[in-house]
Amino acid sequence: MTLTERRPLPPDTAAAPGQAEETATDTQASPWAIEAQKLNIQYGDFHAVKNLDLRVPRNRVMAMIGPSGCGKSTALRAFNRMNELIPGARADGKVLFHGQDIYSPGVDPARVRRWIGMVFQKPNPFPKSVYENVAWGARINGYKGDMDELVENSLRQSALWDEVKDKLKDSAYALSGGQQQRLCIARAVALKPEVLLMDEPTSALDPVSTAKIESLLAELKTRYTIVIVTHNMQQAGRVSDRTAFMLLGDLVEEGDTRELFLNPRDERTENYISGRFG
Amino acid sequence: MSGRPDPSRAGFDDRLDERKAKAGRWKAAFLAAASLAVVSLAVLVLSIVDDAFGYVVIRYAVNPAELTDGRELAELTDGELLELLQAQAPARRLRALEREAPLAGRGHDELLSLIEAEILKPEIAAAYSLAESLFDKRRIVEESKAEFPDGYLSFRSWLSPSFLGSSLNAKPLSTGVLTAIKGTFLTILVAMATALPLGVAAAVWLEEYARDNWLNRLIQASIYNLAGVPSIVYGMLGLAVFVRLLAPLSSGAVFGLAAEGMEANGRTVLAAGLTLALLVLPVIVISTQEALKAIPSTLRASSLALGATRWQTVWHHVLPASAGRVMTGAVLALSRAIGETAPLVVVGASTFLTQDPTGIFSPFTTLPIQIYQWTSRPQPEFRHLAAAAIITLLGLMLILNAFAIVARQKARAKGNPS
Ligand SMILES: Nc1ncnc2c1ncn2[C@@H]1O[C@H](COP(=O)(O)OP(=O)(O)O)[C@@H](O)[C@H]1O
Ligand SMILES: [Mg+2]
Repeated sequence: MTLTERRPLPPDTAAAPGQAEETATDTQASPWAIEAQKLNIQYGDFHAVKNLDLRVPRNRVMAMIGPSGCGKSTALRAFNRMNELIPGARADGKVLFHGQDIYSPGVDPARVRRWIGMVFQKPNPFPKSVYENVAWGARINGYKGDMDELVENSLRQSALWDEVKDKLKDSAYALSGGQQQRLCIARAVALKPEVLLMDEPTSALDPVSTAKIESLLAELKTRYTIVIVTHNMQQAGRVSDRTAFMLLGDLVEEGDTRELFLNPRDERTENYISGRFG
Repeated sequence: MSGRPDPSRAGFDDRLDERKAKAGRWKAAFLAAASLAVVSLAVLVLSIVDDAFGYVVIRYAVNPAELTDGRELAELTDGELLELLQAQAPARRLRALEREAPLAGRGHDELLSLIEAEILKPEIAAAYSLAESLFDKRRIVEESKAEFPDGYLSFRSWLSPSFLGSSLNAKPLSTGVLTAIKGTFLTILVAMATALPLGVAAAVWLEEYARDNWLNRLIQASIYNLAGVPSIVYGMLGLAVFVRLLAPLSSGAVFGLAAEGMEANGRTVLAAGLTLALLVLPVIVISTQEALKAIPSTLRASSLALGATRWQTVWHHVLPASAGRVMTGAVLALSRAIGETAPLVVVGASTFLTQDPTGIFSPFTTLPIQIYQWTSRPQPEFRHLAAAAIITLLGLMLILNAFAIVARQKARAKGNPS
């Protein structure tokens, strides 16, 4: 099972006969959903992420925190090759997904993104109906099952079904900001991805909507691995199992969230979480 | 607020009166500029309308009152009309008409127009402008009585249903713009059917795919420059390529569809339409590029993040969201193409078409060409025909713009952020 295969096999199902063994080893042996190795990202001459080594554990929520401009979004985008959309951005190093480097030649970024989904800072539903927002991604990725069922399940997983079940044909733009963001989550989970990357998903939302999404994350991590960028340390503390702290493009420290907040190993982490800068 | 300002807040002299006076002067200048534009538009419209309506003096070869003993021609029965025609028209003409279709089987209106054409033979002896007709009627009446004692004075709208519905002929009283309208529609159809898909495709390439390298920058710069090339140059290009080089193609000879005797003549609707397509292509590319630029990159990002290909992103999201603006640009281009005259003169618009164009391999004329030809004729009645044709052309443009607005509203109503 590789990302370069012609068939878009879900990584957790049985692979082609000759590869069954290899798949079994790489999915079961490795507890990491994503593993960045010596990842460097540059915008022209500007070195935004430096030598990042980060392992994201499966079915956990990892928070990435750090002051504005430290490279959190840049690193996150590199985990599903969304950085390639930015002119002048270059990445080198490795990002392993099921033991395979998503940057190796022959890997199609479309297939990477199909397994590693993304939710953006500002809710950005398609200018289409609620239903179509959820169904579209599944359809273009060749979903063969019952679409109505998939849409309902995805909306339920995003805690949105009860609010929109009578408005499936309405424009997604008619929803509130918080609902739109949950719709974007539903749109991403409709592909049954393995990993969800979220870049400050609540920063444009009111406190009530924020709380809804935060409680949703605990549900979602039973099915997906989540990496969430946040500038809000309380949020990181509430939702994440592990936290990575970045500063000026460097990963300063990464560890169990409680541990990192209670006993930071690095002085810079301590300064940041005690509010002395950032 | 006490009378004396706090000394720590001193140091300002707001001179509000002076600033307001200056603002007032600028405001007046802006108003004057806007009014000037309105005034010149009004003058334009008035001068056209002035020529499109007014009194005419008509003279007949045979006086209609004598013909029918004072009865109105239109009141006669078919049988009486037929009798009249057979009694008065030259026998040779009657035989020719009979050969085309039996005279007895022709309808009332057709008989009337035959009588007019074969017996009455009306001609315009004098034509007056609308302003004269409204404000100087007495002089017109006296003058026409004195100069044309056998003439009939009547008020004529040069723009009329029969003007719109008649094909081109040599007589100012019965000619019409139908030939030119058909030619305009056909050439514009060819032009837009070619330029719109090509232009949108080129814009999609430049905005959605092209990297920032020297080749693509060269393409972009060429397109900007092409948009500024004078239209007559496109006419030269069209003449060299579509009319001369591709004559067998543009005359339809390669398909065996050329009009008889026209196999070597590339001066067809197709050649004209393709020339206009080249002319508006850069306009469409640039306006489509602007439309695509207006689509937020987050729309593309959210599509690509779902594993969509670039093509799926463009086709399902970017193009639908920009459709309204693309259509607006297309209609602007179309309005430009409709009004073009110079390149079509170069490509070889026909000076006088005896038959309406029937397809893309027909010789062509268009409304602006027709207007140009009528205005260049010395006889005054052609000036009035040109005015009526101008109103027709403007009306056509207004209708097209209305379509564009409807298309844009529809696209907006779908919830697209364009
Ligand atoms: N498109 C870009 N071009 C150039 N520099 C960029 C671009 N995006 C981000 N940067 C720079 O990279 C650094 C990291 O940005 P980012 O990853 O967005 O930070 P964060 O998400 O932690 O706030 C910042 O200094 C920013 O100025
Ligand atoms: Mg950011």
